[in-house]
Amino acid sequence: MLRIEARPGPSKTMRYLSPLIAALLMLVSGLVIFTLLGKDPGRAFHAFFVEPVNDLYGIGELLIKASPLMLIGTGLAVGFRASIWNIGAEGQLTVGAICGGTVAIWLAQVQAGWLLPLMILCGGLGGMLWAAIPALLRTRFHANEILVSLMLNYVAILLLALLVHGPLRDPEGYGFPQSILFGEAATLPVLVEGTRLHAGVLVSLAGVLAGWILLEKSFLGYQIRVAGLAGRAADYAGFDRSRLIWTGMLAGGLAAGIAGVLEVAGPIGQLIDSVSPGYGYAAIIVAFVGRLHPGGIVLASLLMALLYLGGESGQMNLDLPAAVTGIFQGLLLFYLLAADFLINYRLVPGRRATGGRQ
Amino acid sequence: MTPRLQLEGMTKVYPSVTACDRIDLSIMPGEIHAVLGENGAGKSTLMKMIYGVIRPDAGHILWNGEPVVIRNPAHARRLGIGMVFQHFSLFETLTVTENIALAMDGRCRADRLAGRIRTVSEQYGLPLDPNRLVHSLSVGIRQRVEIIRCLLQEPKLLIMDEPTSVLTPQAVRTMFDTLRRLADEGCSILYISHKLDEIMALCHRATIIRGGRVTGTADPAGETAASLARMMTGHDLPRCAQDRPAPGTQPCLEIHRLSRKAEDQFGTDLDDISLTVNRGEILGIAGISGNGQQELLRVLSGEQRLDTPETITINGQPAAHLGPAERRGLGLAFVPEERIGRGAVPGLSLTENVVLTAHRMGMVRHGLLCMERAAAYARNCVRSFAVRCGSINDPVNSLSGGNMQKFITGREILQNPALLIASQPTWGVDVGAANVIRQAIIGLRNRGTAVLVISEELDELFEICDRLVVIAGGRLTPPVPVAATDREEIGLWMGGMFPDRPAVPQEAGHA
Repeated sequence: MLRIEARPGPSKTMRYLSPLIAALLMLVSGLVIFTLLGKDPGRAFHAFFVEPVNDLYGIGELLIKASPLMLIGTGLAVGFRASIWNIGAEGQLTVGAICGGTVAIWLAQVQAGWLLPLMILCGGLGGMLWAAIPALLRTRFHANEILVSLMLNYVAILLLALLVHGPLRDPEGYGFPQSILFGEAATLPVLVEGTRLHAGVLVSLAGVLAGWILLEKSFLGYQIRVAGLAGRAADYAGFDRSRLIWTGMLAGGLAAGIAGVLEVAGPIGQLIDSVSPGYGYAAIIVAFVGRLHPGGIVLASLLMALLYLGGESGQMNLDLPAAVTGIFQGLLLFYLLAADFLINYRLVPGRRATGGRQ
Repeated sequence: MTPRLQLEGMTKVYPSVTACDRIDLSIMPGEIHAVLGENGAGKSTLMKMIYGVIRPDAGHILWNGEPVVIRNPAHARRLGIGMVFQHFSLFETLTVTENIALAMDGRCRADRLAGRIRTVSEQYGLPLDPNRLVHSLSVGIRQRVEIIRCLLQEPKLLIMDEPTSVLTPQAVRTMFDTLRRLADEGCSILYISHKLDEIMALCHRATIIRGGRVTGTADPAGETAASLARMMTGHDLPRCAQDRPAPGTQPCLEIHRLSRKAEDQFGTDLDDISLTVNRGEILGIAGISGNGQQELLRVLSGEQRLDTPETITINGQPAAHLGPAERRGLGLAFVPEERIGRGAVPGLSLTENVVLTAHRMGMVRHGLLCMERAAAYARNCVRSFAVRCGSINDPVNSLSGGNMQKFITGREILQNPALLIASQPTWGVDVGAANVIRQAIIGLRNRGTAVLVISEELDELFEICDRLVVIAGGRLTPPVPVAATDREEIGLWMGGMFPDRPAVPQEAGHA
C-alpha cells in the first residue's frame, strides 16, 4: 500500500521543472500510443514534431496558432492568480469574434486605417461583456464562476451559428453558413512574405507584455496574488475583493475577445460557424503549463501550437485520427497536475500511520 | 524510593534542528515538577515523547523503575499517564459526557459515566454538569472537562501543557488547589509553563530547558523570578522602561454605544460598548478569549463594516462605515491575532509581505510597485525587531511563530500610526522578544500614538497599559487606571462579576 504525505518543504526548482517533465512524459506516452497503433515511432515523431516546422511557412503557422494561445493564456492567468476560475475563454473569444466581425461587415465600404483598431476595440468589449456575466453572478449571488462561464461557451457558440446562418450570412454565398469576406481595411496585414503570419501576433505580444506589467510589476497584480493566496489577508489589508474578481474575469474576457477578432480578421477573413479549434480551452492548459507567468505562457503557447500542427500533420501523413491533438493536450495537463501534486506531496510505502487517539 | 518517571538522554532530531538533546529528568510520586523554557526550547517535543505521540531517536524511559517503550498515547494512558493539552480537543455540539466517552479507551455506559463525572469533579472541587453541551461552556469550564477526562482514568502522572493561559486568577487558584490535592494523593504532575510566578507558587522542583538542553534544575521556592528567567533565557531580562509622559486627553479612537449580534452561532454578541482611547495612552482590554474580542476587533479593523458611521470615530472622523484600507488612511495600524493567512500571506517573501499594509509608505508609484523601498522597509523591520530569518526574500511562513509575530508587529509599528490596535501582540513570543515588542509599543505611545491592546495576559497588560477595561460576555466594564486596580479586581470582572454599571456608560464615572 502507498500513502500520501505532505513534503516538509516544496522544492522551488521542481516547480519550474515540472512543466518540462510533463512535456517529456507526454512525448513518451505519445510515442507509446503511436507504436500501439502500429506506426513507426521515429517516423511518427518526425511527422508530428519536426515536419510541421521545418520551413518558413511552417514556422509562420506555428506563430499564428501560438498567438491566440499566449494572449488568452495571459488574460486567464490574471484571473487564475486571484483564484478566479474562468473556464469561459472559448465563449468570450467567440463573442469577441462576433462583435469585431459585425463591425467589419457593417462597415464593409470603409477603407480607413481606424477600422481594424475599432474592430479590436469592439471585440475586446464583447469578450469583457461575456465575462461580466459570470463576474456579476459571482459577486452578487456567489454563483460558481466555473459553471457559469463554462455554460456560456455553448451559448456563445450557438449564438455565432445563429448569426452566420441568419442575419450575417452572405446573401451571395450559396447558403453556406458564412459571412461576406472582410474588406482589405478589415484584414490584418501579412508580416512575412511567403507565410500567413499576420500582424495579430504583434497585438498578442503587446498583450502579453501588458499582462507581464500588470502581474509582475503593478500593485493591482500584487493585490490579485494576495487575494488568490490568502483571501483573509486581502480582507485584512482592505483590498476590495469584488473589484479583484471583476479584474480577473474582465482581463480574461478582454484577452479572449481580442484573440477572437484577430482570428477572424487574420487567417479566416470572415465570420464562419466555428472560429476556434478550442483555443479557449487549450489556453487554460497553456496558462498552467506556463506557471501563470507571461514568460512561461509564451513558451507553453509555442508547445501547444506545435501539438495543433503536429495533430494536423499526423492526420495527413500518418493517417492518425483527429482526436490525436486532444489526446496530447490531455496527456500534457494530466502529467502536469500529477507532477505538481508530487511537488507538494510524496508517496510513502506502508500502511496508514498507526497512532492512538488523543 | 523509585522515581515515578525517569528520563535518560532523551533525544529527538529533526532535519533542521535538534529539538531535544540528551535530556535527563526524574519525577517522584506526588511531586509537582515544572518544565520551564521559552517557546521552541523543546518542552512540547519532550512531553510528546513521554505521551507516546512521537518516538525518541535515543534515550530511555523508566516507568516506576522499569524500562518501557511507549508506543502510542493509548499505551501511555494504560500505563497511567494523562495529558491535558494546551489546545482543547472537544466537540462543541456534544455534551460533556459524550465528549468524555469518546476519549475513554474501554467501553463504558453513558449513565454510569455521567455519575462518575459528577462524583469525581466534585471530589476535586471542579464541579461539572455532565449533560451540558460543550459550546455553552466558558473556556475555563471546558478546561475542567479536559482535566476531569484525564482524572477519570486515575493517572499516576498528569502532564499539563500551559494550562492557565485561558484562566482568570481566581480560576487558576482553584486549579492549583486541585493539583495540590492530586499530588497529596500520590499523583505526579509535570507542569509546563513559562509563567514564573505560577511555578514558584505551585511546583516542588523545576527543570529548565533552553535550546533543547537541560540548563539547570532548581527549587522554585528558593529562586526569584529574575534568577529563573536568567536560567530560561541565558541572560538578564531588560525591564520595560516606563518613563511615561502625562497621558493624553485628546480622544483618538471613540466607540459610541456599539451593539451587534454575532454572525457565527457560537460567537458573542457585542452589547452596548462605549470606549475612548486617547492620544498618548495605552488602553488594555483584558478578558478570557471568546468573550467578544474577535467580534469587536473585526468591527474596529473595518473587516466588518457598520451602517452607522458615527459609531466609531478616528480622530473625530466617522469611520464605522469605512473598510480597512480607508481606516488605515485615517492613521490606523492593526496587528491581528492570526498571523498566517491574515496578518501575513503564506508563500510570499518578507519583502512582499511588507507591501500588504505598508504600501502607503511610498512603495507604490503610478500603480507600480517599488520593490527596493519594500526591501529597505523589510530590512529595517528585521533589524529593529530582531526578526530571525535567513533572508528577506525567504517565504514568510519559514519564520517561527514568534518571529512572524515580531515581523508583523514591527511592520505595523514602523508605519508610525496615529492609532495602533494590537491583538495578543506577544502571544507565543519568547520573553526577550516580547520585551522588544512591548518597548516598541511604549515608545509609540510616548510619541503620541493612541494604542489599544487586547490581551489575555494580565501581566502584560499591567506592565504596559495606562488604563484597563475588561470584556466579558460581549460587555465592557468602565475603564480604570492601572494604578487604581489590581489583578484581583480585574480577575473578578473577567469572570463576569462587573462593578455596578451606570445606566449610561460614562468615561468620567470611574476614572
